Amino acid sequence: MSHTENMLGLRGEVDRRLEAGSPEASAAGIRELWRNQSELATAAFVCSRFERLRGKLPLTPHRTAILRSFTVEPIVPLLRAEAFCAGIDLSVHIGDFNAYSQEILDSSSSLYHFTPNSVILAVRTPDIAPDLWTQYSDLSSEQVREACERVSSSLQRFIQAFRENSPAALIVHNLEQPVRPSSGVLDAQSETGQAEAIRQINNELRRHAGANRGIYVLDYDALIARHGRQSWQDDRKYLTARLPISGDNLIYVSREWLRFLVPLSGKIAKALVVDLDNTLWGGVVGEDGVTGIKLGPEYPGAAYQALQRAMLDLTRRGILLAICSKNNSEDAMEVLEKHPGMLLRPEHFAAMRINWNDKVQGLREIASELNIGTDSLAFLDDNPVEREQVRASLPEVTVLDLPASPFEYPAVVRDSPVFERLSLSAEDEQRTAMYAVQRERAKGEQQFQSKEDFYRFLEQEVEVAALAPETLSRISQLTQKTNQFNLTTRRYTEQQISAMSRQAGWNVLSIRVRDRFGDQGLVGVAITHDARDTCEIDTFLMSCRVIGRTVETALLSVLAKAASQRGRTRLAGYFLPTRKNAPAQNFYSQHGFKLESENGEGSLWAFDLTRQAIPCPDWIDLKVTEGVNH
Amino acid sequence: MTGNVLEQVRTIASDIFSVPLANIHNDSTPETIESWDSIQHLSLALTLEEKFSVQLSPEEIERMRNIGEIAKLIETKLQATPN
Repeated sequence: MSHTENMLGLRGEVDRRLEAGSPEASAAGIRELWRNQSELATAAFVCSRFERLRGKLPLTPHRTAILRSFTVEPIVPLLRAEAFCAGIDLSVHIGDFNAYSQEILDSSSSLYHFTPNSVILAVRTPDIAPDLWTQYSDLSSEQVREACERVSSSLQRFIQAFRENSPAALIVHNLEQPVRPSSGVLDAQSETGQAEAIRQINNELRRHAGANRGIYVLDYDALIARHGRQSWQDDRKYLTARLPISGDNLIYVSREWLRFLVPLSGKIAKALVVDLDNTLWGGVVGEDGVTGIKLGPEYPGAAYQALQRAMLDLTRRGILLAICSKNNSEDAMEVLEKHPGMLLRPEHFAAMRINWNDKVQGLREIASELNIGTDSLAFLDDNPVEREQVRASLPEVTVLDLPASPFEYPAVVRDSPVFERLSLSAEDEQRTAMYAVQRERAKGEQQFQSKEDFYRFLEQEVEVAALAPETLSRISQLTQKTNQFNLTTRRYTEQQISAMSRQAGWNVLSIRVRDRFGDQGLVGVAITHDARDTCEIDTFLMSCRVIGRTVETALLSVLAKAASQRGRTRLAGYFLPTRKNAPAQNFYSQHGFKLESENGEGSLWAFDLTRQAIPCPDWIDLKVTEGVNH
Repeated sequence: MTGNVLEQVRTIASDIFSVPLANIHNDSTPETIESWDSIQHLSLALTLEEKFSVQLSPEEIERMRNIGEIAKLIETKLQATPN
């Protein structure tokens, strides 16, 4: 069967499902049709069928008005179809041709009567700055400057008037560059070149937008460049129908608009859940081995690194990453922890389901672990069977389709509107800052002659405190999550921690680290209990964020001193090896503990408190709050 | 071949104008199909170009007055382009 016949068959199937009254199945069919045939001829069908599903599907209504200087009508059905598939029921108002100025300035215009949620101001350079566009070489530099100021102040006026007249979001197209500047290569040599003049207007526009709340710049020039400036245009249709954009490119305009409308409608993904084999790296680790998988800076592993880079960029926007993969966990963790080609490491993933369970269950568990709805998940998997299963069982999950070539994977992630954010919340920005600090720190480490120089440079302040109500959940979370620098890997719930701290002889301590780059937060936990002459370390762990910076020594020094002050003569603790806690295996021996006994489960270490002390490194500014020493 | 192109044009017109296929005939015109306005005419031209991989000149788009003529025009264009 041909593609066309398949699609006709799918249309019939959609209508049968509609008749049968199964809205989710109908919607799945319409989305499949649209994925395979995102074109004008299909758009009307898609919109009309979704309209029949109103009230039966969780569609978010959104009203958008388009103010324009050119023909946008053929884009609207594409936009509405795209929006429907993204769960948005879009009502569109189109402003009169080239009447954008009056509509935006006049508070009683049809624009404001429409009460839009968002407004798109789509004005082209030749329409708002005809002199800069067609007569550039006739203009003196003074006239160029005047023209730039005129255009910038018009845009500023539009923005201010809009903000006074409406609480809606405003999305403003910036100005496009000409395909060929009027003075040829000379243009790039001149401070007053045509391209430079347009760039200046665009910079001003960004400034005016940034000075107001809810005004966003759509980089129309970059959109055109991305798809090829020369093939973007259709001069004949522009001259006859005022449609400057060629038919093939209309869909890209609609998708660019959607990148704003999706976050404005709240239809965003908060977490991206990825598969591993043939998605995050090439090949199957269980078969090819850690050294056999394709991942690195060269062909073909570079494609997977590029995808990882795109995912890393998402984390900077506050989007969480998670893994849902059918693998032996040991194999996968070895790659995640040790493979030199990995840009993503275990600490980048907020949740992991690496097992042989089905992925629908995995996604449900991940959503619940992250405390978000399954409708906030996006799913990336090279296996179409897995994708279909997720689509069928969890239609609210955004399932991203992967093309055949892994070199196209990064664009799939970068193009998806569900990851767009129009601004970053304080929390997102904090997360972003945290990552930036870590990059700085890694850079810092390389400049120093000795480790000690580096430690001093860090200016670490360490605060050790006894359990408090506000630290309980973080302490419990750290015992649950910390795998690497964890001497006993004992997992405790909040209730267990709380009960322990109330028992005589038990102490629950936490450690907070600040350094010249910022606050690392609560990053370590120690739990001890006293029995006769001994203070036994039940739990000692440190987040991987601060491993190797001697703060663990600082915490141990506090334990030793406090135990002495309570009259204990011996500090003892077990090291219980796991697959992951190798970073902690030499901790006791490095700090002068003597091995007392060893069995299949682990080793017991002890330190004689009457003979020596454990000093805190002098480059650490240590604060011990009250309540720690008893 | 003729029938095939005509059928495809009718299907496209039915989609673009949101009119049942049965109501699109060889002699349907903007006068007989209410939603066939200048904007939908443009959408029709864009879709024909896309579906048949042809380029329609402004004059040809202007001359597209009824469904049968459109099908003939497309056929002529298809024959002119060697596959």
